[in-house]
Order: sequence, then structure tokens, then C-alpha cells
Amino acid sequence: MIWNAFSIALREIGRNLTRAFLTVLGIFIGVAAIITMVTLGQGATLAVKAQISNLGNNLLTLRPGTGFGSRAASAGVPSFTQKDAETIGEQISGIAAVAPVRTASQSTIYLDNARACAVTGTTPVYFGINKWRLAEGRFFNDADLRSGAAVCVIGDTVRKELFGGEDPVGARIRIGRASCEVIGLLAAKGQAGMGDQDDTIIMPLSTLRRRLIGKTSSHDINQISISAQDGMDSNALINDITSLMRQRRGLGDNQDDNFNIFDTRQIAETLGATTQLMTMLLAAVAAVSLLVGGIGIMNIMLVSVTERTREIGIRLAIGATAREVLLQFLVEAVTLSGVGGILGIVLAFGLCAGLAHLIQVPFNFNLRINLIAFHFAAAVGVVFGYTPARRAARLDPIDALRHE
Amino acid sequence: MSERAKTPLIELHGLTKTYGAGDAAFQALKGIDLTIQQGEFVAIMGPSGSGKSTLMNVLGCLDAPTTGSYRYQGIAVGSLDTDQRSLLRRYALGFVFQGFNLLARTSSLENVELPLLYRGDSRKERHRKAVAALTSVGLATKLDSRPSELSGGQQQRVAIARAIVTEPGTLFADEPTGNLDSVTTRDIMELLTRLNQDRGITVLMVTHDDHVAATARRTVLIKDGLIESDLVRT
Ligand SMILES: Nc1ncnc2c1ncn2[C@@H]1O[C@H](COP(=O)(O)OP(=O)(O)O)[C@@H](O)[C@H]1O
Ligand SMILES: [Mg+2]
Repeated sequence: MIWNAFSIALREIGRNLTRAFLTVLGIFIGVAAIITMVTLGQGATLAVKAQISNLGNNLLTLRPGTGFGSRAASAGVPSFTQKDAETIGEQISGIAAVAPVRTASQSTIYLDNARACAVTGTTPVYFGINKWRLAEGRFFNDADLRSGAAVCVIGDTVRKELFGGEDPVGARIRIGRASCEVIGLLAAKGQAGMGDQDDTIIMPLSTLRRRLIGKTSSHDINQISISAQDGMDSNALINDITSLMRQRRGLGDNQDDNFNIFDTRQIAETLGATTQLMTMLLAAVAAVSLLVGGIGIMNIMLVSVTERTREIGIRLAIGATAREVLLQFLVEAVTLSGVGGILGIVLAFGLCAGLAHLIQVPFNFNLRINLIAFHFAAAVGVVFGYTPARRAARLDPIDALRHE
Repeated sequence: MSERAKTPLIELHGLTKTYGAGDAAFQALKGIDLTIQQGEFVAIMGPSGSGKSTLMNVLGCLDAPTTGSYRYQGIAVGSLDTDQRSLLRRYALGFVFQGFNLLARTSSLENVELPLLYRGDSRKERHRKAVAALTSVGLATKLDSRPSELSGGQQQRVAIARAIVTEPGTLFADEPTGNLDSVTTRDIMELLTRLNQDRGITVLMVTHDDHVAATARRTVLIKDGLIESDLVRT
């Protein structure tokens, strides 16, 4: 009986291809829209998260001043000492690594190319904390740090600007008043939401102090980078560091913190939530388009209802049961919306792959949204395609035949 | 004597049919008593609006009577549910409409195969029987034509082929020649007579045409929803 209904339904579809085409089109566009929007939205969320986690591993950044970004708040506030960094590493549990960071803007020259560049002086653990990887050469090590060797590691943007196509490793560049050997090239991280991370030169802290700026005071550390051990609660860690630093900086109970701790994980979560919200918004828009497709189908069905009611009358008159007629209409509706759904999934796959490449977000095939969209499409097709038939099949054959 | 004891094919008692309700109610059949035996050829005549089509629709199980009893081969049709009436139409009854009622955009062959499809006949059987039925109505060359490509007479013959392809016990024809010219009318009347005589199919036919009615042995005249006369030619 099912097979029978199938063959009758397929014939009936073949008999009115325009109607079939319009029905399929409505579903097709709706399904493609909803899958594409959700998939790309999720790709964007992933991209944002990946860029942020690129900043560092459970990274906490300690800076002077009351908030990041605000210059005024840090004016006159003392920086940190190397001893601060060491003490944090020794006294706070749950920390994987601590690196003191001193940055200075310096002019850099290689042959005819010159450029102002942010130069970071730090310790070797800094690379691990900030998830830097090498494209070529090596990082500086503890021996370089102890001896204050004139070596540096450069980011990909600096390589492009100073060296063009040349291999930078082994070359000497002039940084400020010192000459420095490039011993490593960092793998590019790309543009994060917060500036070009690859526009950087990193050297041993001792080298920066001795050869570039001279040791001005013991409070010469602009920033302390801290990575937490995996699974550590960053809030507890922040509290511990805060009370240690308050004590070390001699702040009384009635004084505010004159430093702040920037938690990348928190930022990651906030941004992730925002993009997720965007994804849901896009999905809602797409769902509306699927609904509009469904209403289109309902229109087509209603327009053809006179003809179809007569068809139902004829079928009933020659001995079909109401159930058989309804099964036929159900199969028709499911087939059309199924075909529309599958075509929509195929189109969405192509669109997602193409657009993901274009706007540079990762493309992950999302089985769940494909299934949801497909079932929703099927439901829309069945509800709108089948409901008009149900009324007609309940009539006496002669009433269905008389329908105008 | 034994002739009398046989269960009649069709037996109507006090059959009425009212359309609409309340003030708009209209009684189209006002109490019909009628008995028809297996193998008869009955012409039903009467002025327009007298209730002939209404009677045929009730007899063909396309419509339900308001009151009264209808027995087909002894079965009380009123006690059957919708599905059972569908099955009765499927296996025992054939209906030819004045307006043909063929499926649009569908070839003659497929139109005629349709009732067989619901009976579950195999593809080959369907094809064989449909071709035979269309050949018997003289449309062997029009198997693939759609209704829109056929004349009125040809469409009516497709409709007759569809009604007889299942070899029904009874064929109901509501003004089958009403829209046709006299030559086509004669062809179709010959066809119905042959079906009645050669295959033993009981035929009930509504007509306005005295010449057409003359083909039948029995003529039932209906006026204002009642049987006015019931004549059997000898
Ligand atoms: N569906 C209907 N609703 C209301 N009145 C109807 C309907 N069908 C037929 N009638 C009325 O019933 C009467 C008998 O109709 P019908 O059986 O078609 O007559 P005939 O076939 O003898 O010309 C007519 O007066 C007609 O107006
Ligand atoms: Mg009539």
C-alpha cells in the first residue's frame, strides 16, 4: 500500500512540475538559509575563540593602573619590579609560569629598511605563556638571558617589513643604538581582534636593559605575564595575586588597587557569548525565511485545492479509500519537502564552504543544524501540503467532485 | 417462483434525499421504492431537476441518502462505513459521469489504469486490462492522449473504459451521451448494450433522449423526486 501510494504520488508530482518546483523551491531556500547562517555563525564564534586562545594559555596579565586601556589611570602609578614577578612565581600556587615584560618602542633598521617597532624584553618562559611557536631558528634561552646576548626573535610582520623575501635568521639588525642578531622567526598568529600580534621583536630582558635603554630604576617592568595551570579557577588566582601585590605595593585597606589583572579566558567567554548571540539572531532570521517558504507552499496548495479536491473526488469515486488518498498526499508532501530539504543541505554545504573561505572562518559541518533544518522543512511541507487534502478526503465523493 | 426468491441486485425502500438544512432545505428525493434485478438494462428518464442524478449518486454510493434503506446484493449500504463503501465502489460498481471526471494532464491509459491501481493489480495486468478496455470502446489508438487532446465523445469513452475495466457488477451512467452528437451517442449506446448483453453487466442509465431510452427494456420515469412510472417492454 505504501509502495502504491508512492508510485501514485510520484506520478502526480510528475504531472504538475511547476507546482512541484515551486514547493521544492520554498523549502530549498529556507533550509539553505538556515543551515548557512547557523554554520557560518558558529564558524565565526570558533574563529573568535581561536584567536583569543592564541593570545596565551589561561593567560593572566598584570599591569599597573586601575584598568586596561586607560592611560590616565596609570599615570604616576609605579611599574613592577623583577622581584614582583619572581615572588608571584614562588608564593602563589596554581601558576605554571611567570614572565616579567618590559616593552619599549625602538627604531629598527636592516639595510635600507627602517621601522619603529615595539620591542619586548622578557625571559624565555614568555614564549610558552603566550603560545609563540617558531617558524625558523630558535628562541633565546637562559644562557642568553644571563649573559645579555645581543640576540632577538622577530614576528612575521617585522620580517616582511624589514626583510621582504629574505631569510632573516642569522642576519643582524640595528635596534635603537645596538646591533642584534636575529636568531628566530616566530610563526604568524594573524590579526587578532586587538591589533597585529606579529608586529613584535622579543629579546632577553637583560639585553634590553643593558644595550637599549639602560637600567633606569628597579621599577622598570610594565607588565607581568602569568599562565595558570590547567583547570585552575582563574578568579581564585586573581584574588591571590591581588592580595600579594597589594601587600608588596604597600596599599592600605582604604586604598584602591593601583594595578589590574587582565584575564584572557574571561574575554574569550564574553566574546564567545556575543558571537553566539549573533548566531542565534541569524538563525531566527533564517527560520523566518523557512516559514515564508512554508507559507509559499501553502499558497500553492490552496490555489490548486479546487483541482486537487476534484482529483480526490475522482479517486474516491473509483474506489480509493480516504486513507489511501491521504497517504498519497502525505507521500507527495514529504517527497517534495524532502527533495527541497536535501537540495537545501547540498546548497548550504557549498555556500558554507565558499563563504567560510571568503570571510576566513573555519567551516565545520554541523550535523545537528542540518537535521533540525531538514525535519523542520519536512514538517512545514507536511503541514502545508497535507492539511488541505485532509479536509477533502473526508467529504463524500460527490461533494468533492462538485467542489468549486 | 425461483426468480422471485432470488436476492435483487438493488432494493430501495422509502429512499429520500434532502439537500441543505433549515429554510434552505430541499428534498430532491421524496420516497423512492425500486427493485432492480441482476442483468437488467434500465433507462431512467424525467425532466431536468427531477432528482435523477441525485438517485444515481446515492445508488453509486457516491452520496448518502437522508432516510430510507438501500440494499445492494442484500447488503444494507447504510450500515457500511466510509471505507467499506469505498471498497464496494472499488469492486462492484462502475460510474460514468455526465461531466466525464477524468484526471487532467493524464493519459487515457493512466486514467483507465487508476481503479486497477487501487485494486493492487500488477503493472502488467493493469496495462493489459486497460488496453483491452480502451480497445473495446474503440480508443486503441488514443492510449497516450490526454483528456485535453480528446473530443467529448472520446473523453466519455475513456470514462466508460475506466468504469468497466474492473468488470463491475453494475454500471451507472448519468447522461453519458448528454453532451454528445447523435453519431457518437449511437456508438456509446451500442457499447453499453453490448456490455449488458455480452458480459451480463447490469446497466442503469439516465437519459433525456427517447431514442436512447428505446434501447433499454425497462424505463423508470421520475418526476419531482418520485417515481411516476416504471415500464418494462415486452
Ligand atoms: N448539492 C445540491 N445542493 C442543493 N440542491 C441540489 C444539489 N444537487 C441537486 N440539487 C437540487 O436537487 C434537485 C434534483 O437535482 P438532480 O438530481 O441533479 O436533477 P436531475 O439530474 O434530474 O436534473 C434539483 O432541484 C437541484 O437543484
Ligand atoms: Mg442530472
